[in-house]
Amino acid sequence: MSELDGYSLRLYVAGQTPKSIAAIANLKKICDKHLPGRYEIEIIDLMKDPALAMRHQIVAIPTLIRQLPEPLKRIIGDLSNAEKVLVGLDIRPN
Amino acid sequence: MPGKAPAKSGHLPTIGKSPTGIRGLDEVTQGGLPQGRPTLLCGSAGCGKTLFGMTFLYNGVVEYNEPGVFLAFEEQPEDLIKNVGSLDYDIEKLIAEKKLAIDHVEIERTKIAESGEYDLEGLFIRLGFAIDSIGAKRVVVDTVETLFSGLENEQLLRSELRRLFEWLKSKGVTAIITGERGEGTLTRYGLEEYVADCVILLDNRVQDQLSTRRLRIVKYRGSAHGTNEYPFIIDEQGVTVMPITSSGLAHDASTERLPSGIPDLDQMLEGQGYYKGSSILVSGMAGSGKSTLAAHFVDATCASDHRCIFFAMEESPRQIIRNTRSIGIDLQKWVDKKLLRFRARRPSLFGLETHLATMYRDVTEFEPTAVIIDPMSALMNAGATGDVHSMVLRLVDFLKARGVTALFTNLGVTAGENAATEIQISSLMDTWLLLYNRESNGEHNRQLYLLKSRGMAHSNQVREFIMSSEGIKLREAYVGPEGVVTGSARLAQEAKDKAAVLIREQEMERRSRELQRKRREIAAQIEALQAQLANEEAEQALLDREGTAREDQLAADRVAMGVSRQTRARSDKPAPKPKK
Repeated sequence: MSELDGYSLRLYVAGQTPKSIAAIANLKKICDKHLPGRYEIEIIDLMKDPALAMRHQIVAIPTLIRQLPEPLKRIIGDLSNAEKVLVGLDIRPN
Repeated sequence: MPGKAPAKSGHLPTIGKSPTGIRGLDEVTQGGLPQGRPTLLCGSAGCGKTLFGMTFLYNGVVEYNEPGVFLAFEEQPEDLIKNVGSLDYDIEKLIAEKKLAIDHVEIERTKIAESGEYDLEGLFIRLGFAIDSIGAKRVVVDTVETLFSGLENEQLLRSELRRLFEWLKSKGVTAIITGERGEGTLTRYGLEEYVADCVILLDNRVQDQLSTRRLRIVKYRGSAHGTNEYPFIIDEQGVTVMPITSSGLAHDASTERLPSGIPDLDQMLEGQGYYKGSSILVSGMAGSGKSTLAAHFVDATCASDHRCIFFAMEESPRQIIRNTRSIGIDLQKWVDKKLLRFRARRPSLFGLETHLATMYRDVTEFEPTAVIIDPMSALMNAGATGDVHSMVLRLVDFLKARGVTALFTNLGVTAGENAATEIQISSLMDTWLLLYNRESNGEHNRQLYLLKSRGMAHSNQVREFIMSSEGIKLREAYVGPEGVVTGSARLAQEAKDKAAVLIREQEMERRSRELQRKRREIAAQIEALQAQLANEEAEQALLDREGTAREDQLAADRVAMGVSRQTRARSDKPAPKPKK
């Protein structure tokens, strides 16, 4: 995976809610399809580390943040609409 | 019932209240905001919602030892701290001491894409974490409606906000939720539907280019509260709500007296002066001596070691001090002794209600025995006539309730709307002094008349009012057949009277001298007549003696003749001629 076109993604969830589980599954599916081998996902459970919610400006759950490549991008929701996720992450489908 | 939450025992449980520490608001709400419940604070932009919220938190920490969380949607923490820095609130210190937390929630629609379902659990976690980390008892959410412009799904937002308020309740924190005023609704997105326990409306109305902030408790479930619109002010001392209503007519009536500072005027008021806690109206034309009269009262009050506030509407304190010096009163020394406080404000500086609110604050702070409002008529420019009346009514009630003696001066105009105001206001006053400035014989002379003074047998005389370098003197006006005369006319009249008296006296003297002269004359006449009589008597006696002497001579002669003739027996017949 090259540094230039690698995607560093963070997904903020709050416990094992249906929306969180769905978001994780949806994200993996989209990344596997459109960014094979070019991504890494960090899942942060705010229930376990609530201080991060304030530090990272999280309001809605689930929230997906594209850390890299810059600039920062935010998508909220369970990511069920793949097209919007691709636009939001600025990924051109292969 | 100031400040304290009602703690009635043996009654139905009343809801707990969290005092806001905002002067006046705790009186209006009879103790504060509903404890452990959210209160909706709504109002249009710039009416002081954020400051209200911050004051609530700051007082909570400083006065009631209740930590607080400020959840800001609109302003950055730095801006917030800077904004309230003008109020001497050291927010940074409180944050460092972990008594206060500020969390800024940044939501911008353009930076957020939405895909699928979500909730606002992140917000709950943030707020929950902030509350738990400092043990907060108070929360301010300012302004949560910003979320509506940041997120697309309004339906979801509504249900999440409902959940937020329920959640705040379950956390047991006393919360203020601010909301922007909407068209025809209290808040733009109808938050009042969710926060139903207590709703407070702030308002900033501009009338005649003067803005006045007002506060109204729209509803307060489970508690009695004041229902009026109360003016409030925001200045360097924070927020002050003025809970003045015109409902109270239960003030005490003191029998104590305060000297007016003018012994002659005290004489007209049963020799003792005004009643303590009464309202005095001094009305008169320009230059009739209203301010001077007020200055005397201030001087007398301070001289007896009582505090006094002088609300000057037209003159600066320095000017007043200088002017009163010319009549022998030194107000500066009372200022130096902290017995006298000047508050000089132009009437047009702000609206009537704000004037009232600042006066309220000054009076509660300084606790004076007497206040002067000079002149009250200047306030007419700051509001409509009816408003002035209502303001003065509330001011009078407020001052009476606190037992503060108030002296209002009023620039009287004989005709026009001000006269009507004077009539309205005069009925609120206990003592009404009228000062005239009458023109006659080419000069203006001041007169004072005590039109009314409730509860005392006051003088009904018109007095001449003389200002000298030793202060005010009242002279009995000259009342003569031509009416009351004053000034040099009085002097002339008095001189005329004096002359008349002199003439009368001289006349009397002259008459008595004449009488004496006559008496002497008559006595002399009597003496002369008597002398004459004596003369005549003496003459008579002489004649008598002469007569007797002659008869004796005749008899003697006859005898001698008879002897010589020897013919006649009768000596009284002439001797007959001898016949041949």
